[in-house]
This record gives sequence, C-alpha cells and structure tokens, in this order.
Amino acid sequence: MTKSRQPEGEYMAEKKYFYTKELSVGYGGVPLIKEVRLCLEKGEILTLIGPNGAGKTTILKTIIQQLQPLTGVAYLDGKDLSGMSGRELARKMSVVLTGRVYPEMMTCREVVETGRYPYTGRFGRLSQADRKVVQKSMELVRVKELSEVDFGRISDGQRQRVMLARALSQEPELIVLDEPTSFLDIRHKLEFLSVLQSLSKEEGLSVILSLHELELAERISDKIACVRGDKIDRFGPPEEIFTPGYISRLYGITTGSYEERTGTPELPAAFGIPEIFVLAGKGTGIEIYRSLQRKKIPFATGILWTNDLDYPVAKRLAAEVVEEQAFCRVRTEKVEKAKELMDGCRKVICTLKTEEGGDFYPELKELVEYGKNRKDFIVYIDGKIL
Amino acid sequence: MKRKNCTTAFLALALLAAVFLAANLCVGSVNIPLPQVLSFLGGGEEPSVSRDIVMKIRFPRALGAAILGGGLALSGYLLQTFFHNPVAGPFILGISSGAKMMVALFMVLSLKMTFQPGFGIMILAAFVGAMISMGFVILMSYVVERMSMLIVCGVMIGYICSAITDFVVAFAEDSDIVNLHNWSKGSFSGIGWEHVKVMAAVMFITFLWVLFLSKQISAYQLGEDYAKSLGLNVGMFRVTLVIVSSILSASVTAFAGPVSFVGIAVPHLIKHFLGTAMPVLMIPACFLGGAVFCLLCDLLARILLAPTELGVSTVTAIFGAPVVLAIMIHGRKHTS
Repeated sequence: MTKSRQPEGEYMAEKKYFYTKELSVGYGGVPLIKEVRLCLEKGEILTLIGPNGAGKTTILKTIIQQLQPLTGVAYLDGKDLSGMSGRELARKMSVVLTGRVYPEMMTCREVVETGRYPYTGRFGRLSQADRKVVQKSMELVRVKELSEVDFGRISDGQRQRVMLARALSQEPELIVLDEPTSFLDIRHKLEFLSVLQSLSKEEGLSVILSLHELELAERISDKIACVRGDKIDRFGPPEEIFTPGYISRLYGITTGSYEERTGTPELPAAFGIPEIFVLAGKGTGIEIYRSLQRKKIPFATGILWTNDLDYPVAKRLAAEVVEEQAFCRVRTEKVEKAKELMDGCRKVICTLKTEEGGDFYPELKELVEYGKNRKDFIVYIDGKIL
Repeated sequence: MKRKNCTTAFLALALLAAVFLAANLCVGSVNIPLPQVLSFLGGGEEPSVSRDIVMKIRFPRALGAAILGGGLALSGYLLQTFFHNPVAGPFILGISSGAKMMVALFMVLSLKMTFQPGFGIMILAAFVGAMISMGFVILMSYVVERMSMLIVCGVMIGYICSAITDFVVAFAEDSDIVNLHNWSKGSFSGIGWEHVKVMAAVMFITFLWVLFLSKQISAYQLGEDYAKSLGLNVGMFRVTLVIVSSILSASVTAFAGPVSFVGIAVPHLIKHFLGTAMPVLMIPACFLGGAVFCLLCDLLARILLAPTELGVSTVTAIFGAPVVLAIMIHGRKHTS
C-alpha cells in the first residue's frame, strides 16, 4: 500500500474552482503543515479530517485569511485570495467558526443581518434587497420562525443554523465551517449537514469544513483531506480514504478500533482464552458481543461468513472467530474447529433459530445440536433467554 | 413593533432630560420657580441675583453635566465594545484616574511656573494620561483571560494613578490645591460658559465620529474573527476605538475630574431600556441616557446635604454600583 495517496490525476489543480498552491501554514513562522494541496470544484464539499491538534483549524484559518500563509497561495475562481480587499473577499467567502458567540440583546434576525455588512453603505442601513436576502437565507436553513427571538435564548442546534444563515446572507460562493457540528446532537447534526448538502447541490455553493464525525464526513463529502503530522496525508473522494485500517493509522488508534466500511467504532476487545462461545449469524450476535465486551469476557464466535452482518463486529471484539468465505458452503474443518473451541468454553450462547435454514444451513444446525448436549447451553433469541 | 418601542424610549429619555434640566435650574440653595426660570432663559427679565444664579451658575453647570455625562456613557459603551466586557468603563479600568493624574501633574506644574493652562492643553494632558492607562489595560487584556481579572487590573491601575495624584497634591502648597482636591474627587461645580463652549465642541465632533463607527461596531458585535470575515479592518478599528474612547473620558476628566460608574451603568441600562443593542440606536441613546443620569446625580449631589455639596461620584456610585453587581451576577448565570 502506498503511504500517501495523491494521484496527480486527481490534483489537476490549475483548472479547479478553488485550489491551493505550495501552501504551508503555521504560527509565528513555524510551519505546522507543509504542502497543503487542496482543490475543489464549484458546488462540491471538501472535508478536513484528522486528529485533534493536527492543524485543521490552522488550515481553515489560513484559507479564510485570518492567518498569513507561510508560503504559497490559495486561489478562488482563479484569483489569489490574499490579494483581495476585505470587502471583496467577504462577498465571495463567509465563515462559521467554532467558538460560541454570545451577543447581548440581539435577535436572530439581527445576527443574520450582520452578514450584509460587505454590501451596505456608510451607516449599515439595510435596503429592501438586503432584507430579502436575509429573509431568504433564514428560509433556506429553516430558522425563519426564530427571527424575532433573542439569539441567547435558542438551542445550540438552532444557534448553529442561525450562524449558517448569517454566513449565507453574505451571498458567498465559498463557505468555510470549522467543526460546525461539534455542539450538536445527532438529529441536529443530520439536519445541519443535510442543509449544507442541498445548498451545495442546488445552489452551487462550495463548502470547505472540518468534521470530527468520520461517518458523517464520509457521507457528505465529495472530497476528503486527511491532516496528519505535518502534511495532508491523503486527499481524494471518500472511497479512496476509508480503506481498511487507514482510519486507525490516521488517528493513531491503539485502544479499540474503527471499522471503515460500516463507520463503526469499537472499544478494545477482551483478549485471552475464550470463555464463552457464541453461535451467531445475520446480525443476531452483535448484541451479545457488545455485552461480553462490556463485561470484559473473552469469547469465540462462529461460524460466520465474511459477508455476515455480525462479521465486522465479531472481528473487532471476539478473541477468536471461526469464519468462512462469503457465499461458500461451510467446510468440515471449520465445523470441527468450532466444536473444538466450544469444548474449551465454559458456556455456549446460541442466537440462531434452528427451524430456519437454507442450503448452507445444515452445518450450523449440526453445531447447535452439538452444543445442545451441554448443560451450559443458553438459547438467546429476540432479546430473550429461552 | 421594535421601532415603535425605540421611538418611545427616545421620547422618554428626552423628556427626562428636559425635566431634570429644569429641576437643576430651579432647585438649589435658592429655589426659583419654573416660570421665572423660563423667562430668564427667554432673556426677558431685569438683571437680578436670581437671574445670575440661573444664567451664570446653574445653567452652564447643568449643560456641562449633561454633555460630560453623555460623553462618559459613550466612552463606557465603546470600551465595553472593545473589551467584549459588559463591566468595562473609563472609571473602573483606571482610564479616568490616568487622565486625572496627568491633569493634576500638569496643574501643579503650571502653578509652579505661574502660567494659566488653556482648556485645550488640559484636555491634551488628560488624553495622554488616559492613553497611558489604556495602554496598560490593553497589555493586561492580552495576559489575563477572564473578564473579572481585567477589571481587577483596571482598578489597580486606577489606585496607582490616584496614589500618584495624591502624592502630587500633598507636595504642592497653594490655595488652588483645595480646588484641585475637589476636582480630583469629581465634581461639576465651577463649570462656566467658557467651559461649556469648549466641551460642547469637542463632544459634538467626537459624537459624530462615534456615529460614523456604528456600522463597524455592529460588525464587531459577534467578535473579532467574524468581524474580520466581514471585511472589517479590525486592527484599524480597535485603534480608533481606543482613541475615541480616550478622547471622551479624557475631556470629561479635564473638566469634571473622574466621575464613577456612569460609563458602565448607563450603556447597560439603556440597552435594556431600548430592548436592542443596535449601535446606531445605542450611540445616541447612551449619550442621552448619560446626560439624564448625570443631571439627576448632580441635582442630588447639590441638594441632598445642602448647603454642603456631595461629590458627584458619591451619588453616581450609589446608583451605578448596584447595576455593575447585577451585571456580574447575571453574567455568571449566563456563562455557567
């Protein structure tokens, strides 16, 4: 496996809507990340992921011109961002930042109206057209009903949406968001990101954001950049990023694990000689696996086809998994292996229903029958011990 | 709805200002009925002692209190914006005391050199003092994170400046020192027409300047980073804020000495009174509110223990300090 995936074909920077060139970022002249190479088409979503303190915020701050790049340039629509005046830049790019703001005595509408700053005159009076933009922005993120409510009195989810509406009222072409979902619960995370997604696809808005939620990053992003060490470790579409084992390496996960295909994190498995054997399949075992992990009891499980729903979780949590290739008949040696493991365990839990079955089922049935001879055989089906 | 509320609020403030102004002209060691005062103002009466009291003493003093009160409130509003701190104000941050120190030094020096300093020079000296304190406070604001610590720093700077002032006053021997001593506690007494003219001119220009900053202030309300992202030149804006608020508190100090709590309490009260923090409304409302507040406090200072006069800071503190406490308690609830 190549260490760094940045195929040149993917990085045809010069023709892209947004791209960076020989950009290195950091504080006080010390480069934190060198050679930040990012690019983005109009209407695409680019997500930065990476461990805490890797420098996602530093990169974003440099893009939004709040931090001087140490070297290099960021271009938007062919123009050097650092060469633009404050007003020009504010009309092209707007931001949603991490820190919470507590403006005193401002209604949500007034907060959104501050986004019109680059368009208004000397005293900041809003024209009819300005008010329409404010109205439309609030409708787009569905916070219109909060217009006259004090900004300090709304929930975190609403507040973040109002801040997005504020950013939209700047009528930007590119919007930059630093961990916009951090304070939100799962419902509001989904709502917030779906608003972003529809804005990018329907309104052609380009989005650059950083996220901690990998599974959400994978779902929303057209491009993902992985910030690790002093460089962009990987850059590309999600399918090129979430390859087996990569996330553990990116974040340096040593405790527990992350399953890239399903986007599921697991706590560390209990190691040792299996004490319990779990007869499972088609997702019936997950519940038991997790409960055994919580009790820190090492267990073995099987026989699982590699395409079984239980398989990825078992692989992460079980001390031993008896597995069979997907779509194949179970081989006799696997059955023997399972029996042997069962013999070594003090308890067998069966989550399989014997009355079901298909062409490949007899071998499993045989195992169930084998286990039934034991005193400590427990049948656990549909959340109940039978 | 909101606009209507604001109009009502402005009308109420203007009415209060008129009422207190009238009260200031009528009430005192000699009570003069309102109709007579009005005819003095109309210029229709024969010269008399009452006329002189109203026209030469009370009227300029009341106008001075109104103008300087407005300036103080405005200065407080700008400082609160600058530090993103609801309890910032020229007095509590030691800026008034810095101005006082320089003015006192300058007065004593001019007594020694026997020349009469003009108002312009006094304001300039006060401005230098204000900038010195301001500089210290800004330096501190980079070091301390918590807003309460910043206030403590400001209070300390204020004490140091006051101590230096006392030191200077103790060493100078002259009958004028009595005057200086009164002034150093904050007082509107002795303001004459020649003072009013100068302060009106300075305040008017500064007020317009602040009004022109209202758009920038509104961008700054969501914090520095958002302000930058809106295209505001934050560095330039901050320097402007420092200069303007120093001019305001310096000119007040040059004329009336340090007056406490107006700068903190008034913007806060006004914000709640208006029900909005829109700078373009807050700026004139703060000025009006400061005027009303100081007219009332000066009136009380004059009549409460008549014929003895209280320092105006004594009265402003009684009304102002509870407001600061309320903000602190409210702020604690808000952040936790």
